Amino acid sequence: MVDKLLEFVQQLLNGLSQGSIYALIALGYTMVFGVLRFINFAHGDVFMLGAFAGFYIGPKTLALFGTGPSYPGMFAVLVVAMVLCAIIGIVIEKLCYRPLRDRPKLTVLITAIGVSLFLENAGQLVFGANPQSFPELITDRALEIPESWGAISGLTITVSQVLVFGITLLLLFVLRYVVMKTKLGMAMRALSFNPVAASLMGINNDVIISFTFGLGSALAGAAGILISIQQPSIDPLMGVNAGLKAFVAAVLGGIGNLPGAALGGILIGLIEALVVGYISPNYRDAIVFGVLILILIVKPTGLLGTSEREKV
Amino acid sequence: MKRPLIFSLALTLLASAVLAQDEIKIGEFASLTGGSASFGQSSHKGTQLAFDEINAAGGVLGKKLKLITEDDQSQAGQPATIVRKLIAQDKVVAVLGEVASSRSLEAAPICQQSKIPMISPASTNQKVTEIGDYIFRVCFIDPFQGSVMAKFAQSKGWKKVAVLTDVKSDYSIGLAQAFKEALLKGGGTVVKESSYSTGDKDFKAQLTSIKAAKPEAIFLPGYYGEVSLIGKQARLLGIKVPLLGGDGWVGDSLLKVAGNSLDGSFFSCHFSADDKSEAVQGFVKKYKAKYNNETPDDMAALGYDSVMILAAAIKKAGTTESEKLRDAIAATKAHAGITGSITLDEKRNATKPAVILGIGGGGFQFVQTVAP
Repeated sequence: MVDKLLEFVQQLLNGLSQGSIYALIALGYTMVFGVLRFINFAHGDVFMLGAFAGFYIGPKTLALFGTGPSYPGMFAVLVVAMVLCAIIGIVIEKLCYRPLRDRPKLTVLITAIGVSLFLENAGQLVFGANPQSFPELITDRALEIPESWGAISGLTITVSQVLVFGITLLLLFVLRYVVMKTKLGMAMRALSFNPVAASLMGINNDVIISFTFGLGSALAGAAGILISIQQPSIDPLMGVNAGLKAFVAAVLGGIGNLPGAALGGILIGLIEALVVGYISPNYRDAIVFGVLILILIVKPTGLLGTSEREKV
Repeated sequence: MKRPLIFSLALTLLASAVLAQDEIKIGEFASLTGGSASFGQSSHKGTQLAFDEINAAGGVLGKKLKLITEDDQSQAGQPATIVRKLIAQDKVVAVLGEVASSRSLEAAPICQQSKIPMISPASTNQKVTEIGDYIFRVCFIDPFQGSVMAKFAQSKGWKKVAVLTDVKSDYSIGLAQAFKEALLKGGGTVVKESSYSTGDKDFKAQLTSIKAAKPEAIFLPGYYGEVSLIGKQARLLGIKVPLLGGDGWVGDSLLKVAGNSLDGSFFSCHFSADDKSEAVQGFVKKYKAKYNNETPDDMAALGYDSVMILAAAIKKAGTTESEKLRDAIAATKAHAGITGSITLDEKRNATKPAVILGIGGGGFQFVQTVAP
């Protein structure tokens, strides 16, 4: 009985760390949707670029902080990858989406798919199609849980799991602060509420949209590094599946809603782990997407989404 | 209608007889670039070495062998075009290739139709030689590896085994099936079966439920990409039992990604350069001399064996005429190859031993040879 319970808790922990990654990526989808009302399908590939940024700068950056894996080195890599991804996100928006701002939303959506395909294929050309081994940023190991804690000592919690969950939580709070408490955040919310009125109030929409793309892409970059710490094999197509799952997470939580995206990500991670552990790995994706359909039937705006009147 | 056909046939025969007086042309298609370039490069190097050796010894039937190699860029669709070109334009008498089963399957129907014998060095999928009676291979097939590993597990006393299969790969499913059958027959039990899909990166959920089943070993018939991550995550979750696998484990990045987490695990493959037998050591020496001190791998040895079997068959048939050559290849018995003694069965598959390698100390070690 205790064994079964431990296995269940272990599966929840597994799901939680995978879900945190989905949550980070989902936030980018939801933020862009919030201000521009379109799905940036290239977002999953920015996540991939984050991982590759870490791949290329990792060894040199680590060397600055002594030899071998270290925490300061890991944080440095994380920050640099986030900055690089923010720049990439802003450039993508400037080059590909801004010229189409006044066109029908469908045009921008198709362009986003094009950008995604471009990044995936250019990635295979530049980085090579074979999976690469990601440098070891920290030494991953299972935490020692003292025997005196009783049954809990049977659980395996790894350093990377704690780290991923902790950093995700931290980034969520930072994001919340930026959006709710800063002037830029207020401008973002105003823009999302009504772009025309926002620009009449003296908000520079272009700057705010760039900022939103930068912020979302930085989070995707962070997710790229965090997932590579746990699963150190990266390839140019790694963003396809993760991006899709994160998109589902954003819709599940209510697209456009920030806590919703985080909640959706964690939920998808948990559902996946439980399906794989208790039903069958073959049904993992089917059940994840089934849950999405069910929730959308019952609550079309997603779990935390609020309904919005269609503007005419 | 009939006469022109016979006439043109006669003309072709005449023309080929005149042209091919001093050399025998053999075609090769290989993935020299692209996704599985490392496989294609190796098998090509082994093939080339065998050609050089035969020609240095005076060739076959008094003629030199000429190798015509074409690169299929690891792409689907290419092998068919290339093999058509090799047969129609270059008039090769036999075709060698490929490592990947999917690409061999593309070329095989064309060779079969044109009645040109084809020998695949390393395609282990059962379907390849089922295409027709002109298609051969010099490697063992998937089910054999599965049963070899099951027997190995028994010899080590691991009776309770968990199986983790890649459901998107025919290779993995085939190995798992054969492993389970052999294990049950030998009195072992499969305590947990789980699966994943090619490209998955997180296996903690599967491994957690496998850990709960307390196996004595885990059979992992997948490719190196996933296996390395599974190995790493298994150790992190505190699974300490040995992992077992097949030739899909052989890949550059296996140990790079897995680090030392696969230490104490075993897998079956075709060949080991550490094998102390005279044939292997002689081959390793020649290969190193020709290719800048590079150590030959499975694919190189199989490429070499495929040429040697073909050359022996041409010698035995005394001609390169397709039907007689086919019969001679099919009659190959106890050919002393680098990858062991090779006999082709009635299904044109090689019956031969497998090699089991162990992982430890940052490399592979030769453990034992298992006869069929």
